[in-house]
Amino acid sequence: VSEAFVPKLLGRSDYAIISAIIEPKARVLDLGCGEGELLAWLAENKRVDARGVEIEGSKVRQAISRGVSVFHSDIEDALADLPDQAFDYVILSQTLQESRAPLKVLREMLRVGRQRHRRVPQLRPLERAPGASVHRPRAQNQAVSARLVRFAQHPLLHRRRFRKPGPVAALDHREAHLPARRAADHAAAESFAEVAVFLVRSS
Amino acid sequence: MITETQIVQFDSIALDCGSTLAPVDVAYETYGELNARKNNAILVLHAFTGDAHAAGTDKITGATGWWDSMIGPGKGFDTDKYFVICSNILGGCRGTSGPGSINPETGCPYAMSFPPVTIPDMVRLQKMLVDHLGIERLLAVAGGSMGAMQALQWAVAYPDAVAASIPIAGTARHSPQQIAFNEVGRQAIMADLDWNEGDYYGKRPPARGLAVARMVGHITYMSDASMREKFGRRLRDQDQFEVESYLRYRGSQFVDRFDANSYLYITKAMDYFDLTAGRPSLSAAFDGVKSRFLVISFSSDWLYPSYQSLDVVRALRGRNCDVAYCDLPSTYGHDAFLVHVSEQTELVRGFLASTFRERS
Repeated sequence: VSEAFVPKLLGRSDYAIISAIIEPKARVLDLGCGEGELLAWLAENKRVDARGVEIEGSKVRQAISRGVSVFHSDIEDALADLPDQAFDYVILSQTLQESRAPLKVLREMLRVGRQRHRRVPQLRPLERAPGASVHRPRAQNQAVSARLVRFAQHPLLHRRRFRKPGPVAALDHREAHLPARRAADHAAAESFAEVAVFLVRSS
Repeated sequence: MITETQIVQFDSIALDCGSTLAPVDVAYETYGELNARKNNAILVLHAFTGDAHAAGTDKITGATGWWDSMIGPGKGFDTDKYFVICSNILGGCRGTSGPGSINPETGCPYAMSFPPVTIPDMVRLQKMLVDHLGIERLLAVAGGSMGAMQALQWAVAYPDAVAASIPIAGTARHSPQQIAFNEVGRQAIMADLDWNEGDYYGKRPPARGLAVARMVGHITYMSDASMREKFGRRLRDQDQFEVESYLRYRGSQFVDRFDANSYLYITKAMDYFDLTAGRPSLSAAFDGVKSRFLVISFSSDWLYPSYQSLDVVRALRGRNCDVAYCDLPSTYGHDAFLVHVSEQTELVRGFLASTFRERS
């Protein structure tokens, strides 16, 4: 697999990439945070204000027992509660495929993400990401992949539609993992970061 | 852990109703040691009929505390790390001033001349106790049911004095259904001729009415599933179902330890509690809160349904407050908060540890 060029954190390459991007003491919301292992790591090592959302009760318990403030809810409802620009980073990793209303989730993420003038990673529409695999969906994931292709073509994901450099909108890790595996250098790993993680960092 | 209830007397307390109660006694217990920085104190808030004896074995009676499963060395509220305080509420009958206390002006029990008390009054008295113990800021306030209402009131009334609040199986205000059940209990007491307009001290107390009130209460604390599991349709004897026997036993036990007038005063305090009162929304009530929250509800609790906890959580999240929320699966109804020890231990321990780390 990809260990040679995609570092791992807590056994996951997307965590390594996210943790490298997130700045100390930021406010971080992780949607579908599972057992909260990434948020706990970020809280301990980057002193972030870590919040999570998770639908599965046993995972919520695990996360809270780690000291992470997790809301037991589905993502759509959880986002609707939050005020505008409440977080510096909103993470959606390996979770979009679970959503019933993915576009709504994306819009809500942009709403609760803080608008700041900062370096914004290049937005790459998914079809242009190097080696992106969405045009060759895995058989068991065809429905999801087809949906992801539609997102990739949605105006929301196209930077040029934003007056200012737009938010990073990157698609699901599970889909994006394949190009990263094939990638041969660190640059590919970086583009993987953009594809793997839905990070809201707007300017 | 051998424990002993202590009493501290304060000169007076000003109440929401406008009157002043003077003097006022507070019964309390403490477990563990207050550290040098005084930042490891947790105030535990009892439910309706609870008392200050939350943990350990009472020195005199040998009774086990009502939350002993959660408080003690190595437990959820770990007394090796934290200094835990629990006091009896204002209006109660377990050592803190209430309708059964002697009115110094008359030398007789207050009875129904005791001033009406509110949840904020109860919390104000708790704050006086905490100040008396030399604690500026509590690490946490925690409680189930009515204790949850107090935990919320603490965070709202004293934002600088609470680092974390843990309301369990509670609400920001009673629903009509909750008020209705309380009213049935009150009417049962007042319909008992022995109640005598509250003037029964030194005479026969309204035991039958109070027992009926308690029986109704116990029904609301359980669930259809837990009652089926616990009793089924089994007969105790020829003309008594197991469930009837249980409720009668619970009712008769209750009258030995609880004062009927306290029942009236406390249920009224619960019914009138409303964090949204005088405010445009629940969210507005949380304007200015500074604490973290751990909110817990139970899936089968129909007396304090999960939606009530969720309302609180949503209002807090709307203010971007730091709030953890878990709806625990359970079949035990409202009693679940006293039953599901391992899950709550897990949640509380982790939540307290991270709160304590942040403060240290």
